[in-house]
Amino acid sequence: MPQIKALDGNWAVAEGVRLAGPKVVAAYPITPQTPIVERVADFIADGSLPGARYIAVESEHSALSAVVGAALVGTRVFTATAGAGLALMHEVVGVASGNRLPIVMAVANRALPSPWSLQVDHSDSMAERDMGWIQLYAENCQEALDLVLLGYRLAEEVRLPVMLCLDGFYVSHSTEVVSVPDAKEVAAFLPAYEPGPVCLDPDCPLTINQLTSAGTFTEIKYQHKQALDQALELLPYLGEEFGTHFGRPYAPIQAENCAGADVVLVSLGSSAGTARQVAKELREKGQQVGTLKVTSFRPFPKQAVQTALKDAKSVAVIDRSWGLGSEGPLSLEVKAALYTLPKRPLVTSYVAGLGGRDLSSDTLSKVVETTMELKSQGRSEFEPIWIDVKEGEVD
Amino acid sequence: MGAATEKLPLISCGITTCEGCAMELIGRVTLDVLGPKTIILTPPSCSAIITGYGRETGWRVPAFQSNLENIAAYCSGIRVALEVQGKDDVHVVAFAGDGGTVDIGLQALSGAIEREHKFIYICYDNEAYMNTGIQRSGATPLGAWTTTTPAGKKESKKDIVAMLRAQGIPYLATASAGYIDDFRRKVERAKDVDGPVYIHVLTPCATGWRFPPKETVNIARMAVDTGLWPLYEVVDGRLKITRKVKTLKPVTDYVQCQGRFRSIFADQIAQLEKGAEKLYQELLAEEEKA
Repeated sequence: MPQIKALDGNWAVAEGVRLAGPKVVAAYPITPQTPIVERVADFIADGSLPGARYIAVESEHSALSAVVGAALVGTRVFTATAGAGLALMHEVVGVASGNRLPIVMAVANRALPSPWSLQVDHSDSMAERDMGWIQLYAENCQEALDLVLLGYRLAEEVRLPVMLCLDGFYVSHSTEVVSVPDAKEVAAFLPAYEPGPVCLDPDCPLTINQLTSAGTFTEIKYQHKQALDQALELLPYLGEEFGTHFGRPYAPIQAENCAGADVVLVSLGSSAGTARQVAKELREKGQQVGTLKVTSFRPFPKQAVQTALKDAKSVAVIDRSWGLGSEGPLSLEVKAALYTLPKRPLVTSYVAGLGGRDLSSDTLSKVVETTMELKSQGRSEFEPIWIDVKEGEVD
Repeated sequence: MGAATEKLPLISCGITTCEGCAMELIGRVTLDVLGPKTIILTPPSCSAIITGYGRETGWRVPAFQSNLENIAAYCSGIRVALEVQGKDDVHVVAFAGDGGTVDIGLQALSGAIEREHKFIYICYDNEAYMNTGIQRSGATPLGAWTTTTPAGKKESKKDIVAMLRAQGIPYLATASAGYIDDFRRKVERAKDVDGPVYIHVLTPCATGWRFPPKETVNIARMAVDTGLWPLYEVVDGRLKITRKVKTLKPVTDYVQCQGRFRSIFADQIAQLEKGAEKLYQELLAEEEKA
């Protein structure tokens, strides 16, 4: 039987890790992720994660390196990080995915410096978006737990690492009611770990990760691309299967009331919940507002997004990252997904909620209002709108 | 009988290292001692030449190419995962150059030693970034020419051995490509250490030090005989000099036969000599005390 508990997002992730049963965990403390690895360290110390070892490394760079090493000899592994810690890992992020290691790493999203911020935006994980990992974004604490389990299953099916992103503080430190699955049910969904073909084993010596020529690099990267394509094909099925075990199905996107909508709010992470509430209230007042939450940002479910949005009149994409020099990455993806349609909805890109600023229902109502106004003029805005910037404080 | 039972070298023949390469020699001896139950890691460096290119590799043991700065962190993860699996008969070896050790790799190395993970770290010290074409590292000695110290290095060689000793490590040793039996014995000893091992081997580089390839071993010996590179080991804190030198040879003999020192100043030679003499006396005194 599942247990109902009051957990914050970090502890929910830790419960997911306990249930998934990695054998090696390596981590370095960084706000707002630290409670995840503190809790996991407790589980290892008190025997709740039998046979597992915790490596308290001296940096995030070494955290990811150590779990790569452990995965290379055939064990299930876990690590977690945030913000600048993820940026420090960057070089090894590519090693993990390029060697097709099914690592699960939680990222409690935190704005990258500078200026320093302890709080959420997606600038950290977005900086890693093209590194060949699967990136799943949790809306709430329940999803944070569930996506650990779904993440391991998907990672091990396609031999790719998974970055599980949860908004710093808004999810990581917010306490909610969470259903913690039964261990037996988890075992039925997530089988025991099977080492992959890329393995350091003296009985079958392989040289791994050596220098490659222009004659083979492209093909290796193409196989990597194919694995992400495969992940996108598989995710809906695994998400359904998750639902049959635990009663909560998952899909790469969650689209509601999009067909014929005057405005669809597209977002990632915790703001998706706020968007749904804003849309609900506006629909009650007679406005046609839909929502689209992207759970899988990598691989990006282009076709599903196109299908969901094709009959909307206008789309407002909210990026919780800077997109400096261009526009937010979510907006770029949505526009690209719609491009091949003969008749496209109007799309306006918004930047909001940076460095921990609340992406409130007021902000999202303003997004809807602005998009409606543009729609009434039959147009969208070409440049991104920084909707929550304090006009009086910038020159 | 015959070929099938013959012990195959664990590094294949025909590796494309430079003529007279001491690193290759050290790699061969290391695996000859440790045997096939060894996982070896190399950073992007001269030893990556053995790790190979494309579908070719020189290793007959499992090998992984690390990044330049994190070889010891990979070793940590590998060792812990092996322990979790109950595989306690496998050696985990980091085979890195001086740049990957004393400069960019120092943090990860220091961390893995502090965590007391069982692994063997062999630093082959050719005293510069040789694989990228002879650039100064922290291990480049005073007065040496490199492509980034065109007028000779103005600072002294970083004393990584002292730094790691200060951390407290169960087994630490210096070695030289000129005294292979001494090195072989140290690797043999390293096999049974239940914790981190650090062996720092001076590996003269004909290409970067500017001497004829046939002189590699002689120059490696001269470094020991002048006291610039004394051979010793520290077992659980107790120091033992493994090659005693009755009278230290003049440092001039050592620098004269290497093109990299062609513009070294006399006062720099004197400084090197003074430093060598002082170090050797300190080691003798410490050994005496123990």
